[in-house]
Formats: sequence, structure tokens, C-alpha cells
Amino acid sequence: MDLSVILQVLDSTVRLSTPLLLAALAGLFSERSGVFDIGLEGKMLGAAFAAGAAAAVFGSPWIGLLFAVLVGLVLALVHAFASITVKGNQIVSGVAINFIALGLTALLGQSWFARGGRTPQLSQEQRFSPIELPGSEALADVPILGPIYADLISGHNLIVYFAFFMVPVTYWIVFKTRFGLRLRAVGENPAAVDTAGISVVWARYRAVMICGVLCGFAGAYLSIGQQAGFVQNMTAGKGFIALAALIFARWKPLNAMYACLLFGFLDAVAIRMQGAEFPIIGTVNSQLMQALPYILTVILLAGFIGKAVPPKAGGVAYTKER
Amino acid sequence: MNHELPKWVDYGLIPFLNLVTAFLGAGLVVLIVGENPLEAAYLLVHGAFGKGPGIGYTLFYATNFIFTGLSVAVAIHCGLFNIGSEGQAYIGGIGVATACLALDRFVPWYITFPLAIAGAALFGAAWALIPAWLQAKRGSHVVITTIMFNFIASALMVYMLVEVFKPAGSMAPETRTFEAGAHLPKMDWFFEIFGSKLGGAPFNITFLLALLSCYLVWVLIWRTKLGYEIRTTGTNPKAAVYAGIPYVKTIVIAMLISGALAGMMALNPIMGDQYRLQEGFPAGAGFVGIAVSLMGRNHPVGIILAAILFGMLWQGGAELAFDMPNISRDMIVVIQGLVILFAGALEHMYRPALSRFFAKDPASTVAMSKPTQGEGA
Repeated sequence: MDLSVILQVLDSTVRLSTPLLLAALAGLFSERSGVFDIGLEGKMLGAAFAAGAAAAVFGSPWIGLLFAVLVGLVLALVHAFASITVKGNQIVSGVAINFIALGLTALLGQSWFARGGRTPQLSQEQRFSPIELPGSEALADVPILGPIYADLISGHNLIVYFAFFMVPVTYWIVFKTRFGLRLRAVGENPAAVDTAGISVVWARYRAVMICGVLCGFAGAYLSIGQQAGFVQNMTAGKGFIALAALIFARWKPLNAMYACLLFGFLDAVAIRMQGAEFPIIGTVNSQLMQALPYILTVILLAGFIGKAVPPKAGGVAYTKER
Repeated sequence: MNHELPKWVDYGLIPFLNLVTAFLGAGLVVLIVGENPLEAAYLLVHGAFGKGPGIGYTLFYATNFIFTGLSVAVAIHCGLFNIGSEGQAYIGGIGVATACLALDRFVPWYITFPLAIAGAALFGAAWALIPAWLQAKRGSHVVITTIMFNFIASALMVYMLVEVFKPAGSMAPETRTFEAGAHLPKMDWFFEIFGSKLGGAPFNITFLLALLSCYLVWVLIWRTKLGYEIRTTGTNPKAAVYAGIPYVKTIVIAMLISGALAGMMALNPIMGDQYRLQEGFPAGAGFVGIAVSLMGRNHPVGIILAAILFGMLWQGGAELAFDMPNISRDMIVVIQGLVILFAGALEHMYRPALSRFFAKDPASTVAMSKPTQGEGA
């Protein structure tokens, strides 16, 4: 296998792991604060539709992104209201949001655009197009490093760079700021935070809202970055792979990036290897490759590769003592 | 909650208000896409209950939801949230198909059926075993593992259909069509009692099996030692262990029963309608089971009523999509989501206001001042 093939696979790894990474970081904020979120999928899907529709109508990817973030935020607020204010079941709320997003995007898409649930095909100017980093052409002739820089690091759209930039930012927010300390504290021991006179409800609301915004970026990436328009159910389980990645990463930002890159790589290899014959293993079974992220996560959860311990107060609404 | 609400409020008024809110939300969606919500509601109800075939389809879908609703309910009684009913039903289909493919050419349906039931229950339960064991032994959260198993199930099913079940020379990823030995009889006689006709609807005797399962689940949960252990573990696992109830065993058995019930859902579409194993046949019925169980307050009687409600939505929704150009079948998914949201996650939304209302009510204050009266109820 020569360098160009490896670079192609790695390049698509980056593209495929970007939405996973954004959604996993989104989930990280929410779950670290003690609010479980299996509605990542729905928020991404809703945002993807909003981005595709708004970009087509207003002709600008930025307005598309704005609407995606808004929709992500609104769905996150529904989840927050249900799980924090009304103290409802967080899993049920997530399931509901997934259904509503799945149905509503298809229904509105068909009713507004009448293209079988798709939004209109976007032109280059209506979406986030690849950015050539400075010097990529000049360096392209340098052996090994040149192609790596030109093909792998350069030439992605803005949201890809944003996603990877968010990894250190998330780390800094969650582990190095006062807000982050409180966020983790309400996820581990909300009663202690409450005793210190800090609002548990407000801390959790902010965490869930950040989650919604990041899901908005993840959705926008799908419909106006990676693809040129929204397609029915285009997330196709990515929200759940992101959730798996988050657990696989044990709720840590840097690990989440590695997990998403790994799952993205598996996906890229599966696409690349479709139908190809190999000397010893024969054809790679594509169903096995698809199921691998989930299988790996179950094995991790079983405690065979280290232990995944979720935030202690996760999934439980906080009730102030009287 | 400082104010106990009267029973009829808890089991009647609150679910009713939640449902009304969900349907108001659905009405708003209908309005947004430019149709008349009242007309849509009429078409939906008429499509589901207006004619014999419509009722037949409503009850056919309800049969699926009774199984998945029971599946979710049994797990909830044990304090477990099984959102893997979808995957367990899917894998249950492999058990059904295996029995049908082996027997349909040689024996009549009444011999195939019991074996298919066993196959469905066995495969469904098997798919719940690993999440159950991991929850009981390793504390891995059953919600997450069952989500993962849903996805693993769909990958496994594609593999099975393409590599194992697909007849040679066929392109579609499905089994061959079963012979008469694996076709369940339709329940047209049931409709003829009422002077109606079933028409083409696939309403079949699996419905009776579903009702029987409801009764058996009721007996299991409220009338047996195992049921008592399941409920105790669900209410307070620590107290249950202290009382000598085996934790691991109870969790695993409850999940196996839950998986078996989900698996049996596969009988209805495979042997009653499509007569073959197809990709994606549960079509979300496992997730609807969550809503059905929640709305039915995890009780078999409530589950039957909620299952019929969702059966109505599926059948009436299909008719609605047919009659109104701006509404597609996706409307069903939206209504489903809204019902799960308002009847499930936002279940307690009206509770504070209602407790205040009923606390003010002089009649209930009098009732509360005589604590001995309603104690035994």
C-alpha cells in the first residue's frame, strides 16, 4: 500500500470523525453535569435539517449554521426542561427528542421543498467549502511531509478545524475553569454544590445548552459541510456512535478525540475495503466493521479494557432538601 | 411529593392531560404544514376505526405493541430500562424464520406455531442475556448496552439475510416466502361476530397470544414469588439483597423474560403478514413499546389500551398520509415522539399545579383529616 492510499484513508477518517467528535464533546458537557443524553442523534438530525434548509433559502452557510445552532439549542432546552426542571426520565426524554427530530425533519422537508424529504442541492457558495491552508501547494513536493500537510491537514472545511480546536478548549473549560469545576461537581455530588450556595439547576442548564450548540455544529457539518444538502435520516446512528465514543473515552475530551478518530477510521476502512480480497482474512466483512464500534464499547463497559465509570449523579434529577 | 393525589387523578386525569397536550402539539405541526388539524384528526380516527379492514390493521399493529410494551414493563418492574426491545424483537425474527423454514413444507401451522413461539422467545431472550449479565455482574448500564445491542442486531441481521437466509439466485436480502405450513390463520371469524369484515388486514391469532401473554405477565408480576422478587429488586435493590433475594439471578431472569416477550413480537409480522423474514421488520415497534409501557403505567391492562392507541396512530396515520398531500407517514413518528415526550418525560409537568388544586379542595382536605378511611386501598 503506498502513501497516497494511506493518506486517502486517513483523510476520510478525519472527515468521518468530525461529526462524531462534535457530538461526543456535546455529550461530554451534558453528561459531566449529570444529565444523560441519548438524544444527541435527534439534535444532530434537527440541526442538519435546519442548516440545509436555511442555507438553501438564504443562500449562506453562515445563516445555515446559525439556524442549526438554534435548533440544537431549542431541542437541548426541551431536554433540559424535561430532565432538570420537571425531573422527568432523561432516557425517555432523549428517546422522544430522537423521534420528534426524525419525524419532523422528514415531514417538514417534504412539505416545504417537495423533494422526497431532501432539501435543495446546495451550490459551492451555499456551503462550507474546503480551505487550502497557506503553503500547501508550495510544500506539496516535499517528500512525505508535503503530501501529509497538503492532503491530510489542509483542505478541510471550517467546521472540521473547529471540531479539533474544540478538543483543547473543552479540556480547558471542563478541567481548568471555575465553571468547569462546578459543572463536574453537579455531575458528581450536586448536594455539595447546592450547600456551597451555587445553583445546581443553572449549572446543568448551561451544560445542556452548550451540548445543544455543539450538536448544532455537528448537524451543520453533515448537511452543509460534508454533503450539499439534507437527506432524510442523514445522521444514521452517528449520534449513538458518538455516545459510544464518549463512553469509550471515559468522558474525557482528549480520549474522546482518539475514540472518534478510531471509529471514523473503522468506517473509512470499511468503505475503502468494500469487496476487496485480502491474502489471509479473505474479504473484510462490512457488517462486522459497522458493528465494531458498538462491540468495542460493550467490551469496554464490561470492564475488560479498563473500567468506564460514569459521573456519579448522572441520570438523576436533583431535588433540593427542605 | 407532599400531596398524595386521588387515584383517579394519578391514573386517569394526568395521562389524559398529557395525551391532550401531545395531540395539541401534533395539531400545531399539522397547522404548520398547512392542513386543517380537525380534519386530520377526523381522517386519522376514521382511518383507524371507520371500517373493518381499518380496525383489523389497528389491532394488527396493536399486537406488536402489546408484546414490546410488556417487554419494557417487565424490565421496569425490576428497575431496568430495556431500550433494546427493538433489537430483541429483530433477533427474535431469526428464531421464527428458522422454525418456519424448517417446518413449513411438512407440517400444518398449528405445529409450526408453538415451535416458532419457542424460537422467537429463545432468540429474543438470548439477545437480552449479555446486557442483563453485564448489568447484574459488572454494573454496566443496561440502557447503554441495549442501545449498542440494537445496532449490533441490525448488522447481524444484514449478515444473516445476505449470507445465510437468502435463497441462491435472489437479489433481495430476505428469506424465501413461507409455504402454507407457516401462515397463521387470520381472525376474520372475530370480525364476523360483529357483522363486520376483516378484508385484507393481516389481523391474526398472534393477537390471542398477546392477550394470553398479558394475563401471564400479570400473574407473574403480582401473583408469584418471582414477581415479588422482581418488584422488590426494582423498588429497592439493597433491601431486596438484605431480604435474601438473589440480585444477579433476579436481574438476569427479568431481562430474559423481557427479551423473550420482545422476541415474540416477531411472530406477528413474519407469520401473520409478510410470510418471510425481511430487513427492518420491527420498524420501530420496540421503541413504541417504551411509550406503550409508560402510558399503560406498566400494567397489562394499561398496556393493551395504550397499544390500541398506538395501533390507531399507525393505521390512522397511514390513511391520513394517503388523504392529505402535505402529510407523509412521518407524521406518525412525530406524534409518537410527542406522546413519549409529554406522557413520558414531561409526565410530572402538571403534577405540582394539580396537587395545589386538589389540596385547596375542601372535600379532599376533609378526606385527609380522616387518615384511617382510605388506608387499606
